[in-house]
Amino acid sequence: MTSTDHFDVIVLGGGQAGLTAAITAAENGASVCILEVAPRAMRGGNTRHTRNLRPMHESGAFPMEGAYGFDEYLDDLLRVTGGETDHALAELTIRESEHAITWLQDHGVAFQPPLSGTLHLGRTNAFFLGGGKALVNSLYRFAANLGVHTVYEATNIDLNISGTRFIDLTYQQESNTHRISGHCLVAAAGGFEANLDWLEEAWGPAARNFLVRGTPYNKGNILRQLLDAEFKQVGDPDQCHAVAIDGRAPTYDGGIVSRVDSVPLGIVVNNAGKRFFDEGEDFWPKRYAIWGRLIAAQTDQIGYAITDAKADGLFMPTVLPPLKSKTIDGLAKQIDIPAAALLQTIDQFNAATISGSFNHQALDDCRTQDLLINKSHWARKIDTPPYSAYPLRPGITFTYLGVAVDNQARLQVGSGNACENIFAAGEVMAGNILGHGYLAGIGMTIGHVFGRIAGKEAAKHAH
Amino acid sequence: MPTDKTTAEAIRVMTICNACRYCEGHCAVFPAMERQTAFTKNNIEFLSNLCHQCGACYQHCQYADPHEFDINVPAVFEQARLESYTQFLWPAFMQPAVLNGSRFMATSLLVSISLFLLAVTEQAGVSHILAPQVNFYNLMPHSVMASIFSFAALAVVISWWMTLREYWHSISLPSPWSIGMASYSAAITSALTLKNLDGGHGDGCYESGESPSLWKRRFHHLVLIGFFLCFSATLVGTFYHYGLDVPAPYGWLTLPKILGVTGGIMLLVGCAGLFRTKQTTDHRLVSSDNGYGMSLTVLLFFTSLTGLGLPIAQGTGALGLLLAVHLGCVLALFLNFAWGKFTHGFFRLIALLADEHQKTQ
Repeated sequence: MTSTDHFDVIVLGGGQAGLTAAITAAENGASVCILEVAPRAMRGGNTRHTRNLRPMHESGAFPMEGAYGFDEYLDDLLRVTGGETDHALAELTIRESEHAITWLQDHGVAFQPPLSGTLHLGRTNAFFLGGGKALVNSLYRFAANLGVHTVYEATNIDLNISGTRFIDLTYQQESNTHRISGHCLVAAAGGFEANLDWLEEAWGPAARNFLVRGTPYNKGNILRQLLDAEFKQVGDPDQCHAVAIDGRAPTYDGGIVSRVDSVPLGIVVNNAGKRFFDEGEDFWPKRYAIWGRLIAAQTDQIGYAITDAKADGLFMPTVLPPLKSKTIDGLAKQIDIPAAALLQTIDQFNAATISGSFNHQALDDCRTQDLLINKSHWARKIDTPPYSAYPLRPGITFTYLGVAVDNQARLQVGSGNACENIFAAGEVMAGNILGHGYLAGIGMTIGHVFGRIAGKEAAKHAH
Repeated sequence: MPTDKTTAEAIRVMTICNACRYCEGHCAVFPAMERQTAFTKNNIEFLSNLCHQCGACYQHCQYADPHEFDINVPAVFEQARLESYTQFLWPAFMQPAVLNGSRFMATSLLVSISLFLLAVTEQAGVSHILAPQVNFYNLMPHSVMASIFSFAALAVVISWWMTLREYWHSISLPSPWSIGMASYSAAITSALTLKNLDGGHGDGCYESGESPSLWKRRFHHLVLIGFFLCFSATLVGTFYHYGLDVPAPYGWLTLPKILGVTGGIMLLVGCAGLFRTKQTTDHRLVSSDNGYGMSLTVLLFFTSLTGLGLPIAQGTGALGLLLAVHLGCVLALFLNFAWGKFTHGFFRLIALLADEHQKTQ
């Protein structure tokens, strides 16, 4: 055990929210230390896998294409959350997001026009040049220049909280234990999506078949300690953002390349060979987030997206090629599901399609009728070999369970008061604003806005 | 063409990159990658030569080592480029020159300098080689110099023609006449401005780490401009000699001298800078280093150094030796033009042209 170092502000977690808080605190005169659990090469939490945020903007100046005003933004947020949001904090987030691009540019982050293949996001989302890791690198560089001290591979962080007040903490690095104290603590260490044990508590054994799309380091250690210290909770443990991804992706850290976009162009069956949801309900970017849960509800948490040759080349390329066969029978054997059941499903589906003019870039009029589960758009007969199948698994992106905060990013205690010296930013408190559903880029926006608020308030409190 | 192993790794990497696409704002490689319907040996030859080794995509890659995908575009493309320089090189018996870059440079220097030492000694006589001299042509007649280098230049041009023709066909470029002027002009502009070393944001490249830097681009500009100035000095000198019948040596304030001295100094600074940049390069971006890359920098540096030394040595006993060394450097440089790193400029230019041409299709 070494002697106790003291900082005005200790930031837990070195993703975008933590870095923004650390930089803001340092710019307001505080001495700052970031504890990052990952090694340097894997730093940045899930920010490493991100690529944009969603700023409100009236002008449509670069990098945005067209205006995205307050009212429209709020409508979008209310729609996707189904009202499960703290209205005041939601409005605060939207208003403050207007400054995000300028702030990031001033701190070394570059933007670019929307990436290809990102339908409809050019007006609402600002893309980081080079993606989230480029942003992370820029912010770490800026923080270091401000004198922010960063500790990597800081594991087993143990918070010493007296009542509702943060006193100090210990962490381990290379099997040495260190103790540091701070006037304030900013919790920005993400959710618990990489903690399969915790997921299993909420989801049951099904969680063992989940793939974690992001960082393997978000184990929820800090979130657990804050909830155990009786700070007020938001969200439920079984709420998470889960999309349908390639079932062959790595257990952790597969990121964006694990996506499979072929679902709306064909059908999806479970391992009994049966369809279970309308594959053509809406555009895939608007629907992939519900498919994670749909597949989680199937036996063994697996589904198969099946297309025929007509769909080839109409969706984003995948890392792994699909399983292919010249016959449905052969395909069923490859994916190990009952061939008779799959044949029957496809025959019924083909018989139910009504001809229309196919257009995969619009909500077209190709649909089925008289099926138990109809397909609303892009329904074409699956009849042209070779046939392709992608195995699909639930890929969890982030969790919604978090700690409640006020408009100064301060943790809330059960009695309705705010904690004096513990602040939160990023995924650990995103559930305050996003209690349900998802809006592309909203997580990074919340992280940015509350990172700045937490950094400023923590620095103010430390002086 | 790259070997199967390099091609296989490049295809693996491109397949992952094409599903990610986060880097498409950095340089021309990624938008070009997205246009390919499948990855083959041929389009890896194209994409790898389009890569300018700025390192941005590596430093910003969420899948770089220690991630299990272990994505490193600059390293695999550098290897693929080196293999394409080798495989297309004409005549085939010179191909080992690429794989043994430093040895080829050292040998060509040694042989060239020895030849010129012998020639100068023969011309001036052993006893007079160290006597103070003013005029080069007493040491080596202009006609001999002109013949040697005209012959060397012819060999260089033939070698370029044969080498680049193969590359041109291999990456499926159509006949030069069927490519639009706009494509030529855009490709040449990108080559001359080194657009692809600006990182996409204008702050430069990442070859030495996570902070962007414009120095590699600036030093390369110095080298390129310095080279053109020295080349112009030679052309103007030739015109003076044959056209105006004014033989060298020229005074400090004559056009050949002004062009040559300015160009020579730019080359010295630029080459020293590029050499320094190479020393600080993030070793992870480099797949192999056999001295091939640096051979051109070293030769340009010593050619300018000895060239700038000539007017200073005029009237002293050192002129004879220095002239032999300088001419030896120049001849070694000519060998590099044909079979060394110099060809990278043409490969890149053709790849840039293919890129511009594909955009119009």
